[in-house]
Amino acid sequence: MSTAQARPQAPAHPLRWYVLRLIVVAVLAVFLVQALFPFVWMAITAFKRDSDLYNPTHNPFFFNEPPTLRQFSILFHETKFSHWVVNTAWIGLLTVIITLALSVPAGYALARLRGRLGQQLAIAIFLTYLIPPTLLFLPLSQVVSWLKLQDNDWALVLTYPSLSVPFCVWLLMGFFRSLPQELEEAALVDGAGRLSAFTRVLLPLALPGLLTVVIFTLTVAVNEFIYALTFVSISDLKTVSVGVPTDLIRGDVFFWGAIMASALVVSLPVALLYNAFLDRFVEGLTAGALR
Amino acid sequence: MAKPVSETAVPLIRPEAAVARPKRAIPWEFWLLLPAVIYIFLLIGFPLILSIYYSLSHISVGRRDFSFAGLANFRAILHDGIFLQALRNTVLITIAVLVIVLILATILATILAARFRGRAVVRYLLLLPWAAPVVMSTIAWKWIFDSQYSVINWVLRQLHIIGPYEFPQWLGVPKLAIISIIMVQVWRILPFATVITLAGVNAVPKELLEAALVDGAGFFTRLFQITLPMIRPIIGVAVLFTALFTFTDMAVVWILTRGGPYNSSHVLASWAFQVGIVAGDLAQGAAIALFMLPVLAAVAVWVLRLASREVTE
Repeated sequence: MSTAQARPQAPAHPLRWYVLRLIVVAVLAVFLVQALFPFVWMAITAFKRDSDLYNPTHNPFFFNEPPTLRQFSILFHETKFSHWVVNTAWIGLLTVIITLALSVPAGYALARLRGRLGQQLAIAIFLTYLIPPTLLFLPLSQVVSWLKLQDNDWALVLTYPSLSVPFCVWLLMGFFRSLPQELEEAALVDGAGRLSAFTRVLLPLALPGLLTVVIFTLTVAVNEFIYALTFVSISDLKTVSVGVPTDLIRGDVFFWGAIMASALVVSLPVALLYNAFLDRFVEGLTAGALR
Repeated sequence: MAKPVSETAVPLIRPEAAVARPKRAIPWEFWLLLPAVIYIFLLIGFPLILSIYYSLSHISVGRRDFSFAGLANFRAILHDGIFLQALRNTVLITIAVLVIVLILATILATILAARFRGRAVVRYLLLLPWAAPVVMSTIAWKWIFDSQYSVINWVLRQLHIIGPYEFPQWLGVPKLAIISIIMVQVWRILPFATVITLAGVNAVPKELLEAALVDGAGFFTRLFQITLPMIRPIIGVAVLFTALFTFTDMAVVWILTRGGPYNSSHVLASWAFQVGIVAGDLAQGAAIALFMLPVLAAVAVWVLRLASREVTE
């Protein structure tokens, strides 16, 4: 790994340059190890036998006994993990649909609203993104009980979009703004209605933005913890992120092999997917500060 | 089934849509905004108001007593040692995470701003902790900190830093529990702060740095005299969200320690959950959670200032 310390001036001090490069590589290696270690640890643990896992004389980094898929079979056959995955999936899907239905029109409208008012509305909506669920879960628990939705996954379908809509409106507003308005005006001049100009001309162009919203919202649904913990306490109805820590970790009884198997199964796809879109989210967050 | 008429392909002429906007007082944009605004009000604005109201009432899960309690809840929690500890922990954890993350993110962003082979891969791998679901990675950390099989302790024992029969209880000793929480939060938020800082570093005009290089400015001169001052606004964004995400988080604390041992590692969010949901005292829980508001308000003001800067420039 060569670094860009390889500047034209480098050959002037070859030794100093190599030392510097070595230091940079070493620092980067330390960062990489700390970033990846928990994932490596999930993987090592998930494929180990219990007798290997819980033997203090064994080197925990090696497979002292042959690897096994037993932990995964425990996870899928002897726990409610597959229920939780299914619950998370359909709750996530509905959350995505509601989020799109609310934030696409709103984002488009904000992109087209001229003047101070549009700006102020956009900022007001973004500010609601800053209000954390840890502040709202108590009153919402009452709202959920007024609606008779306690221990019901629909409580999560109702509340999860509130975690995604504000940010997605903001993201989509930026996205629609970046599309040339002439395209839309050309369609309008050609006689298309505003709706068809929007669906036929703008929406296809906005597909990357919509995809970003879908990924962001799905990860919100998988990540969310406090609402799911507060509103749903029946084991069968839990989502992955509450089911695993509350049902698989019970008092002093741990199934670390199966737990790490679940962490691996959930983390990897979500992390790989979300990572690919991270730059777009950062663009959304830093919109004002980079100019 | 509709007949396969080709007229759908021909745009119908709707002069009123294209030419003049109807003389309605409310522009169409507002109707498109309305559903989102109503939803946000009902699910965010209204609960926020409700939580302020709850904090001033006697409401609890069993008792529907909405009667006004004045500041009784706040007076009660301010005399509660666990609450004060939780408040201290929240502030301490946030400040510690903020300082560590800012320093590390600056180092990491400076390295990643350089071009080198495999940079894309390195960057992708470094971002994984932020991209992974927080609950799942925190569970992995809980296992790493395990009381008997902690891999950290195993390594420390192999290196003879601790004795062969020593088992530091990472999550079982108050001080170590707080340190563990800080470690996990730093691990989780560092990638996020790094990408934001990196976006700023990349936006610094190359000519400026090259001119400084020609003038003989060393690496640190360039970093402290040019790059860091220029990316101050974006570092502000990193500070803002790092503080916000740490200050209001509950998942990491709840999964790692549940506020233990002896309620020593609670933060505002986890203590509000304990009091409001587990113990059922909604009024006091709401009062505890509301102690997050001053920080949120500060963050909001900051965002507004950034936004107004954008408008005026």
